[in-house]
Amino acid sequence: MSSISPAGVEAGPKDGKEGGSGPPRRPGRVALGSLSINVRQSGIYIAFALIVVLFTVLTDGAMLQPQNISNIIVQNSYILILAVGMILIIIAGHIDLSVGSVVAVTGAVAAVLMVDFGVPWPLALLITLVVGGLIGAWQGFWIAYFGIPSFIVTLAGMLLFRALTLTVLGNQGIGPFPDAVRTLSNGFTDGYLGNIGLGVLGGADLFSLLVGLMAVAGMVAAQWRTRTARAGYGQGVDPLPVFVLKTAAGAALIMAVVVQLARFKNLPWVLVLLAVLVLGYSLLANRSVFGRRIYAVGGNLQAAVLSGIKVKSVVFWIFVNMGVLAAMAGIIFAGRLNQAGPTAGNSFELDAIAAAFIGGAAVQGGVGKVVGAITGGLIMGVINNGMSLIGSPSERVMLVKGIVLLAAVAFDVWTKRRAGAAR
Amino acid sequence: MSDHILLMRGITKTFPGVTALQDVNLSVRRGEIHAICGENGAGKSTLMKVLSGVYPHGSYEGEIVFDGEPCRFGGIRDSEHAGIVIIHQELALCPQLSIAENIFLGNERASRWLIDWNRTNHEAARLMERVGLRESPVTQVADIGVGKQQLVEIAKALSKEVKLLILDEPTAALNDEDSAHLLDLLRGLRDTGITCVIISHKLNEIIEIADSITILRDGRTVDTLDRADGVTEERIIAGMVGRDLEHRFPPHEPRIGAEVLRVEDWTVHSPTQPGRKVVDGASLTLRAGEIVGLAGLMGAGRTELAMSVFGRAYGVNISGRLYKDGRRIELRSVRDAIDHGIAYATEDRKRYGLNLIEDIKRNISAAGLPGLARHGWVNEMEEYRVAEGFRRSMNIKAPGVTSTVGKLSGGNQQKVVLSKWIHTDPDVLILDEPTRGIDVGAKYEIYTIINRLADEGKAILVISSELPELLGLCDRIYTLSQGRITGEVPREEATQERLMYHMTIGQE
Repeated sequence: MSSISPAGVEAGPKDGKEGGSGPPRRPGRVALGSLSINVRQSGIYIAFALIVVLFTVLTDGAMLQPQNISNIIVQNSYILILAVGMILIIIAGHIDLSVGSVVAVTGAVAAVLMVDFGVPWPLALLITLVVGGLIGAWQGFWIAYFGIPSFIVTLAGMLLFRALTLTVLGNQGIGPFPDAVRTLSNGFTDGYLGNIGLGVLGGADLFSLLVGLMAVAGMVAAQWRTRTARAGYGQGVDPLPVFVLKTAAGAALIMAVVVQLARFKNLPWVLVLLAVLVLGYSLLANRSVFGRRIYAVGGNLQAAVLSGIKVKSVVFWIFVNMGVLAAMAGIIFAGRLNQAGPTAGNSFELDAIAAAFIGGAAVQGGVGKVVGAITGGLIMGVINNGMSLIGSPSERVMLVKGIVLLAAVAFDVWTKRRAGAAR
Repeated sequence: MSDHILLMRGITKTFPGVTALQDVNLSVRRGEIHAICGENGAGKSTLMKVLSGVYPHGSYEGEIVFDGEPCRFGGIRDSEHAGIVIIHQELALCPQLSIAENIFLGNERASRWLIDWNRTNHEAARLMERVGLRESPVTQVADIGVGKQQLVEIAKALSKEVKLLILDEPTAALNDEDSAHLLDLLRGLRDTGITCVIISHKLNEIIEIADSITILRDGRTVDTLDRADGVTEERIIAGMVGRDLEHRFPPHEPRIGAEVLRVEDWTVHSPTQPGRKVVDGASLTLRAGEIVGLAGLMGAGRTELAMSVFGRAYGVNISGRLYKDGRRIELRSVRDAIDHGIAYATEDRKRYGLNLIEDIKRNISAAGLPGLARHGWVNEMEEYRVAEGFRRSMNIKAPGVTSTVGKLSGGNQQKVVLSKWIHTDPDVLILDEPTRGIDVGAKYEIYTIINRLADEGKAILVISSELPELLGLCDRIYTLSQGRITGEVPREEATQERLMYHMTIGQE
């Protein structure tokens, strides 16, 4: 009648307290857990590397030519800047559909100020950024304090700010911009220190190379400091050979890009701007109290409220931030075309959102990285660039980008489900 | 053996790196109520998922014989086809659909393409009568209580001609009256020949209703008890935890100090029903080193009282006075409350307490993050050190503080919640149902932690639905009924009967 399993009686842990611990204490699972997390987190970078390799082969190396690398960076800079702001919004569990229109309206504001009113360019840029911040504050108010879903508010914003752009510009572009603004969006650092010979690679700009070396030195120092501090607190760190290998790979990558750029026309100013933004916003997201709160709000809103986090203020400020970054993108885009046009920024919001999701953000919020969003944006940029190099028609580019977006999110969902099933 | 409707033999289910079930045997006789007991993580749910085909044949070892036939279920549809229906703890109903629509969801009464509404509602009414659900079949599920929703689930199972009904924690969310009705219903179903398997943490119910009991521990069958053998709660607990649990509560000598928090004439109105007082003129005091209980039936306003005091996290039109260390204070936000040394650990840790996709470290630091930061920048090393300290002192069972909280067991999640609040260094800790949904062994650990916090001089208010827990833990117990404080009982005079008397005052 009864079905006692004799083996079961003896084999359970003797100490009753063990009973509550469940699976996590088994070492096998730990190893597997960290491995699968690694695959999930680094999958995007592996995919990026594969895509670059693929197009390098398909284009017989044209992909990695100095001028082309420079092009990829300059052509995608405004999307990447938008992606930095967008990832924070998506982490908080919101969305911003209006950034394309905000790019247009802020570009128009900058153009009107500089071209029509002759405002000196530094002041004009400052005013434009403030206008971007005010636009963000407007949307942030309705979302955070009035409680309208961000999808609706920014959908309305998409129409409102496009309408404003058309009102300001009429049906024509305004230009040209002052040289300083064009240099920022399209130009390069000067060869302050002259050229240096690099053997078979030919001449390269010494200043750019020095900046690159400094960046590498800074990265190595920062990595090493983190590692020693972690070890000091008894946290697990990579074994030394793995650490050296990882750091060396990072350094090699930075130097490879810098050398190629130095061989062409020195460093694009937008690359400098982007580097500062990525570094700054990565720190903000991971290390600042404000950044942590964004993750907390997106991860579990109710728990964040009951942990004393002022959720409304967090949401408000990430939209203000998005407005400022959209204004920055607006200036750069207008400067690049040398005029502010009524159709500027069309569908930029979709590229920025796609970049964030390809870069590993979760639809429900709470997950995402600034570097991930940048990588996501670069993946799309490389696909755009590579496919145009091999002469693909634009509809095929769109097709591939759509598939990549779907595949990236599908991979994310799949790894999550697998992690869930392993419980 | 022919009177067995279900035989599961030698079931072993492994996940990568984990053995969830090891050679588990389960035999259920036809027409009995069979209970499965075990701590959280003992493998109860996994076993039921194997049985219902959620884990298809081939993903586990062992054999299942149902109704005399060997079974190889490829999915839930297969098991339902064979007559096995599982009702999960979280009900799977569509709130915006009617009762009748829910009952026949996925199994519509239709002629070709069109739903036959007359037949749907008529048959639904018959099934509803059978489970004792007195509602109209066209009532929306959202408009009926949890107890009645449970009945809809059972009616739905009956519509599928169920032979074996599995209920996972069916009474966890129900009040006593609804629970009693449900247990009566299960007895009635048994008499009509339907076999029931019930998973429950409520041992008194199991003893009342079960004909036989299988106990699981750490993925193994530990024991099978028969009603005829004389089953006691102690016997089941001993099997579940693998030790004789004579003392469910750690001994504690209180050292009670000065008054820390005083609430006077506290009145809170409902945010959804204008004009309704949820808390009505409540007054209470908490003293350093004292563990105070707050007892009340569902809907008495316990959580509402606690959350409204905690920086007005609940309610509108709040009036009354708060005194901290004798001085009048105003708490306008949760941040204010935390800054004044008040902490509130929620009754629903998954929804309101934790960021489940984040790691242990960041959950522990969530409320006290400003204390770990300078000029807005977090000192991550210090954060790690703090979290690691809590992992050790609270005995949080996880590989490290970077483990995701969502993967921990209930007891360990609760320890993370407690760590988060202890890290804010509160003087007053309000613990709302601190042991809900966690197993016996972990409960003991939580009680020990609560005692330790009291010994450190913190004032503690424990809200609990389990009267034995309040009696075993608290130095003084307030009772709440319909938003009013109806009694204040010192430990020496407290009995379940006396508390229940105060808790029901003012009710019909």
